[in-house]
Amino acid sequence: MEQLKSFGRELAMGSQGGSSKEFLDLVKSIGEARSKSEEDRIILRELETLRRRLSEPDIPRRKMKEYLLRLAYAEMLGHDASFGYIHAVKMAHDDNILLKRTGYLTVALFLDEGHDLIILIVNTIQKDLRSDNYLVVSAALVAVCKLISEETIPAVLPQVVELLGHPKEAVRKKAVMALHRFYQRSPSSVSHLISNFRKRLCDNDPGVMGATLCPLFDLILEDANSYKDLVVSLVGILKQIAEKRLPTTYDYHHMPAPFIQIKLLKILALLGSGDKQASNHMYTVLTEIFRKCDSSSNIGNAIIYECVCCVSSIYPNSKLLDAAIEATSKFLKSESHNLKYMGIDALGRLIRINPDIAEEHQLAVIDCLEDPDDTLKWKTFELLYKMTKSTNVEVIVDRMIDYMINITDSHYKTEIASRCVELAEQFAPSNQWFIQTMNKVFEHAGDLVNPRVAHNLMRLIAEGFGEDDEGADTQLRSSAVDSYLRILGEPKLPSLFLQVICWVLGEYGTADGKYSASYIISKLCDVAEAHSSDDTVKAYAVSAIMKIFAFELAAGRKVEMLPECQTLIDEVSASHSTDLQQRAYEFQALLGLSPQTIENVMPPDASCEDIEIDKSLPFLSNYINQAIENGARPYISESERSGTASTIAVASASQYQHDTSSVHSLKFEAYDLPKPRGPAPSIQSSSMSSLPTISSDLVPVSEATYTTREEQQNPKVQTLADQISAEIGVRLRLDGVQKKWGRQTYSSPSAPSTSSSSSTQKPSNGMVTSETIRENTLDSRKQQIPEVSAEKQRLAASLFGKKAAEKKTQAGTRRPVKEIQPAVATSAPEPLKEDKVIVPAVPPPDLLDLGEPSETATQTIDPFKQLEGLLGPGAGSDVASGPGPSVSAVTTTDLMSLATDMPPIIDSKSSDKGLISSTMTKKGPNVKDALQKDATARQVGVTPTSNNPNLFKDLFG
Amino acid sequence: MIHFVLLISRQGKVRLTKWYSPYAQKERSKVIRELSGHILIRGPKLCNFVEWRGYKVVYRRYASLYFCMCIDANDNELEVLEIIHHFVEILDRYFGSVCELDLIFNFHKAYYILDEVLIAGELQESSKKNVARLVAAQDSLVEAAKEESNSISNIIAQAAK
Repeated sequence: MEQLKSFGRELAMGSQGGSSKEFLDLVKSIGEARSKSEEDRIILRELETLRRRLSEPDIPRRKMKEYLLRLAYAEMLGHDASFGYIHAVKMAHDDNILLKRTGYLTVALFLDEGHDLIILIVNTIQKDLRSDNYLVVSAALVAVCKLISEETIPAVLPQVVELLGHPKEAVRKKAVMALHRFYQRSPSSVSHLISNFRKRLCDNDPGVMGATLCPLFDLILEDANSYKDLVVSLVGILKQIAEKRLPTTYDYHHMPAPFIQIKLLKILALLGSGDKQASNHMYTVLTEIFRKCDSSSNIGNAIIYECVCCVSSIYPNSKLLDAAIEATSKFLKSESHNLKYMGIDALGRLIRINPDIAEEHQLAVIDCLEDPDDTLKWKTFELLYKMTKSTNVEVIVDRMIDYMINITDSHYKTEIASRCVELAEQFAPSNQWFIQTMNKVFEHAGDLVNPRVAHNLMRLIAEGFGEDDEGADTQLRSSAVDSYLRILGEPKLPSLFLQVICWVLGEYGTADGKYSASYIISKLCDVAEAHSSDDTVKAYAVSAIMKIFAFELAAGRKVEMLPECQTLIDEVSASHSTDLQQRAYEFQALLGLSPQTIENVMPPDASCEDIEIDKSLPFLSNYINQAIENGARPYISESERSGTASTIAVASASQYQHDTSSVHSLKFEAYDLPKPRGPAPSIQSSSMSSLPTISSDLVPVSEATYTTREEQQNPKVQTLADQISAEIGVRLRLDGVQKKWGRQTYSSPSAPSTSSSSSTQKPSNGMVTSETIRENTLDSRKQQIPEVSAEKQRLAASLFGKKAAEKKTQAGTRRPVKEIQPAVATSAPEPLKEDKVIVPAVPPPDLLDLGEPSETATQTIDPFKQLEGLLGPGAGSDVASGPGPSVSAVTTTDLMSLATDMPPIIDSKSSDKGLISSTMTKKGPNVKDALQKDATARQVGVTPTSNNPNLFKDLFG
Repeated sequence: MIHFVLLISRQGKVRLTKWYSPYAQKERSKVIRELSGHILIRGPKLCNFVEWRGYKVVYRRYASLYFCMCIDANDNELEVLEIIHHFVEILDRYFGSVCELDLIFNFHKAYYILDEVLIAGELQESSKKNVARLVAAQDSLVEAAKEESNSISNIIAQAAK
């Protein structure tokens, strides 16, 4: 019986879609498939069947329709059904609207705008856009949105524009969206139609108006200034919506047209950005929306969030900002992770206006940072990145690195690594810290960071502080060397990091005499050996070895040639890489030179010295004079040559045959390369590139190419590197780097946090109350989890600055007072009343006895004294001025403490689950249906786990 | 904008896909595999958002079916969450307490409905009633055509007898 029932349901479903038994069987077998490979096998078989069927002649059109749907199904599951695309295109051309619809559906599913078959469908679309059946037109417009590419826009554009005036709103709406799509594809294609969008904004149908907001948003994003005139009408629309003047069909969970509201808020945010006048128009309506939004529903919160975004984007208004801050703190305090996430995002927007806002939410932020939810964590890191200052950079970057080490996703790893680098470069408190941080980043994500970072690091180590403190520089370098020698023991270091290590070891490995040359050399040999497939690392290693030899030899010490070093050099000199070979030969040549020459060639720690190039090349003058005496032509500078060549070509032709030949043939250019040889021989400063000229007999390699290569990799030879890398376009960003690492960063702390403490004393009434409320709740929260909060407090203090910590401890010490306050508030009025009663009662006894008054006076003072002790000095002074004010003060604090109890109640309501159940309960239960579905589901095998039927019933029932 | 819509079952089976940005077939399979790996393992109390390749994927689970939408980084996640729910409510109204099975056997209908809700990656109609009306109008065509074909086939069948 059961089976029969489910079979009936199945049949009914089948007949609904007009699908055959075959298709149902297919779906069923897919449902029963136990593994992906089994599913693939079934689909492949199905595709084979379809291929065969489709090749048959004269397929009935109804059958064809089903085949296409089956193809779409196969395609959906990730298989290639391209052999059937053409049939879909054909079907879209069918006159029968049913088949046409299927045709369009499958075409839109199969094809993208770039597909070859698009050209065949354009004709059909053109015809259908002219149809008098609005359903046909709608189907064609849906296809237009998906299929029309930049080239085919002109073919359909006039018709789509015409459809903007179609009597059916469904068509107008789709036409607007099609134009929006065209704008996205090619903005110029619809640039003359912008007035049409403005016109559609006034459409009678809210759906069309709402759709028009999509293209308007894009247009305004591009150029807000041309649309400032729309502010008033957009605000008007938003106001009408907020006042529920739209048809109720646009209501969603009791909110009036929330999706349109959100779109409008997005546009207003763009229009009001930095524009006081435009923003002025918006304040009222935004306040209204903040007030009206129901923060217990998801959609209400979506609007509130969008409002916060809008408020943070437009010209600031203090009242609205307060509302936004309050909304944000509500989000952050919510139990729902979604709302927390939105809160973190909103906070990130608000701190751009006022960085101090973050401090009030420090604990919430830290909670999110430690949340197991990766999405939330990532978002929080984004926030921290935005609020990094020189005071908290160490904590934040450390946290980021810890996080970076633990994630595997390369996209996020790259992202967070580059953020670490950026923050470290910008806010590094000391060079030592910077180097350590960079080491960590390189160690764990070295392959993902920009090579520029490595060059900057080498540069920093070479330049040191760039000031007079030579001792600190040396210390920095030797600590770098220490750390690198330690790190070298680790397996699997990224190539870029190894390059840095090699370079630093080569330059400074032996500088402080702590390590012997042979020790460093053996380490470098190990590196080269361990990374024998990485030519760049090897090249760095060989150069480093050469430098150490040079420094030692120049200092008059003898360096023994380690066997492994010899093997390395031998191996490298036979390398396929000419660059490596060249380095090996240079090295060997260097060994044969005298210490003096070596010192000239490789002066120690000279990587930052400027290279002075004497362009007149005086040391060659003897040679030149000799040559001229022997009858050689004197040299004419290049500028003279080209000048004469262009102006008086004939004269130059007669004079300098050699040069003019360059005008006529390419031959000259081939020999032009060695020109850079000119500056190279200035041995004094250039340390490496000069080598080949000295031992030119040994190294007959084209020098120009060599130098470019060398300097690209090594920021050593500055002037040349600048020249050449500027040509190549990989110029190092050297300017302004130094001051970032300068000592100034040390001396500018705490300025922002002092301003924060002043903000608490703002006279604005609402501000103060909201802050104290927050403090109260934070405190109460701290009380709940005291052991966790100690650690968090420390973290908070380091993240949000010392001032914040002080503020917190202040709040902490003040807390007991506050807690007692409510108690006082309830009890205080009574003694005070007693006093008041007593005071008028005093005069009569005064007449009777003189001793009495003094006694009553002490009595009256006593309760004040008590109050004084409880309320602290501030309240005490209030009391001193008289009983009236003190009463009012007490009652206000009472109100505030009441207010603090409010948010949690609201929050608990807004949890996700509650939303669904509350909105869904109005649906009538359809138990019978659901049971049937359940049975079928089991029979079909959609749900292998029987105890959790695949029904929406549990949500909708 | 919404770049694509995915419906995945808890077992990772694809129930519906709609791509509003161009993705090649291979890329599509990769995306689905990657995202189901990210989403299906997430616990119930976590965010309904996943950051992914610089985009964000908003998902919502209904019984054993996950509705996922991929959006730009600056879009409003809560709104998209509600767009999903809006779509589900329309499906529910159309199928009458919808279940996964309805979507499996009538996936083309789900596509037609989706086409009325979203177009070119944007929400085109936020009124459930309007969507329902349009879909019904299309269906009435289907019914009419079916009756017609039935009557014709009946006539033919009878004539053939």
